[in-house]
Amino acid sequence: MNNTEIIAVLNEFLAEKGIYALVLILFFLGLFGMIMCKNYMKKLMAMNIMQVSVIFFFLCLAQKEGGMIPVLAGSVTDSGAYINPLPHALMLTAIVVSLGTTGVALALLIRIKNQYGTVEEDELLRRMEE
Amino acid sequence: MRHLPVLIPILPLLSALLCLIFSRIERRLGKYAVLAALAASFFSSVLLLVKVTQSGENIHYYMGGWMPPLGIEFVVDPINAVILAVISVVAFFVCMYSQAFLKESEWLEQGGFYALFALLSAGLLGMTITGDMFNLYVFLEIASISGYGLIALGRGKSVVASFRYLLLGTIAASFYLLSVAYLYAITGTLNMADMSRLLMHQLDTPNVLLAVSMLIVAFGLKMALFPLHGWQPDAYTYAHPAAAPIVAGLMSKAPALALLRYLFSIITVESIYVEIGLKAIGFLGACGIILGSVMANAQKDFRRMLAYSSVAQIGYIAVGLSLGSVYGLIAAVYHMVIHAFMKSLLFMVSGALQYRYGEVSISIDMLGGLNKHMPLTTASFVVAALSMIGIPPTGGFFSKWYLLLASLEKGQFLFIAVIVASSLLNAVYFFRVIENIFISKDAELTSLQKEERLEIPFSMLMPIVLFGIAILAVGLFNSYFVEEIIRLGLPEVLAV
Repeated sequence: MNNTEIIAVLNEFLAEKGIYALVLILFFLGLFGMIMCKNYMKKLMAMNIMQVSVIFFFLCLAQKEGGMIPVLAGSVTDSGAYINPLPHALMLTAIVVSLGTTGVALALLIRIKNQYGTVEEDELLRRMEE
Repeated sequence: MRHLPVLIPILPLLSALLCLIFSRIERRLGKYAVLAALAASFFSSVLLLVKVTQSGENIHYYMGGWMPPLGIEFVVDPINAVILAVISVVAFFVCMYSQAFLKESEWLEQGGFYALFALLSAGLLGMTITGDMFNLYVFLEIASISGYGLIALGRGKSVVASFRYLLLGTIAASFYLLSVAYLYAITGTLNMADMSRLLMHQLDTPNVLLAVSMLIVAFGLKMALFPLHGWQPDAYTYAHPAAAPIVAGLMSKAPALALLRYLFSIITVESIYVEIGLKAIGFLGACGIILGSVMANAQKDFRRMLAYSSVAQIGYIAVGLSLGSVYGLIAAVYHMVIHAFMKSLLFMVSGALQYRYGEVSISIDMLGGLNKHMPLTTASFVVAALSMIGIPPTGGFFSKWYLLLASLEKGQFLFIAVIVASSLLNAVYFFRVIENIFISKDAELTSLQKEERLEIPFSMLMPIVLFGIAILAVGLFNSYFVEEIIRLGLPEVLAV
């Protein structure tokens, strides 16, 4: 395979599946952050990244080339002409859920900070032992 | 009559909304609203259970009159009708039990606690009854978020335990959502029955592989299956004592039932990936049984011991699922029912100890002579302990019996060895507690409450004693229970 062929294969991959690969990288980046970060605030931010990546994933499913807004306009009844509105509707709910989770998590973090004076995991574990 | 299915989750949800307002008017009014809603849910689910077992046909309810696959559907079959009845009855009695802990608190604390309690019940009931995949996610999150709140209300390290559970619970929910996305991508539907029909011809596609593995991770995390149980001991130990029975008793059951539904009714065992997944679940469950029992032996804290024993008990459900035969699934469902009663009773006993003697009493060494001070509580505790070990005629014996039958039928001798070994380990750690109660020298504990005629307030004692009777009753009437109810609801396709 010479260079042009490789570039062609790569182009095809990126055009068809590139967005999914990026979304999954984002997902596992979030997961990695939640495991590796020692700071609870950073863990929470990584958690949000993960949730956003799932939302992107759903939105990618709805996407189609040349699709228009799913509003009944005139006589267009061909389903191929519209973007699928269902994933967007679902993700509105998921965004609300993620907002709720983040709110509860922040409230808990404030209480942890008040109780132990830190949100660093190592320090926190040491103070909890005492 | 027609609207009974929707009343089951809606009434607790409504009472959660009204609870704070009512509590502002009169401190105790919110609590009564929640109690009434849970009682109504219980009666609706019992009526539906009777109806569904008599007619032998599943009951469908279409939200707002939108027919599936477009609208959201609620489905009641014999198995989830049983679980609905169990969830609502346990929630009702735990709600009654929790009154004594909060009798002196302000309106805001009381209203908030009962609102969270009602939301948790509504979430669990909704997860059990729904026939829509995304609706299940919403109810899962309702149950989880209110669960985080209830755990954080406890003392000591509860806030940290709750935060850790929040992180892991969100990972579980994200994995569930991803698996829904993968299935939605190849079928374009979210209705469970419709999904099952459309998946029939594409059971061996990579999407199904990804979906099955993500479902196992998601529900495994939620039900604290062995390597994913890290959040569970802390969360159960430090949860608010009034809420610990419902958190420990019920929060793992609804995900377990959802996993059963996904693996056997929606994707079905005809898919090779489900078969592999079931093997993995069985192996993890068996590891969890041994590890949970060993770790429970090592604990000094009574609640922590119970929490680790939950890891083992979830293992039984997982092994039952993985066997996948008629007896295996009967054992799994039966164990969900009996474990909900046993674990909530045990946590109610530990809460009663905390209520009467304060935090010190929670160590196992401090239980000496308990039978003289709290005879009825001790009697109920002994019934639950015998059931955990698996001594007839308590319910715990029969779930192990069906599990053994299923393993014999399939020639899985490893599981037989694991079940027998874990029963012995259970006996060791529960008899350690029983020995401390009856034989050790009386512990020097001073009661925090005024002396009354009863050992603990009637509102606490009644649920404890009733659950003890329920454990015996579920055991004694097990043949009726299994033949007339659970067997009717088994999925059509089983692993042979």
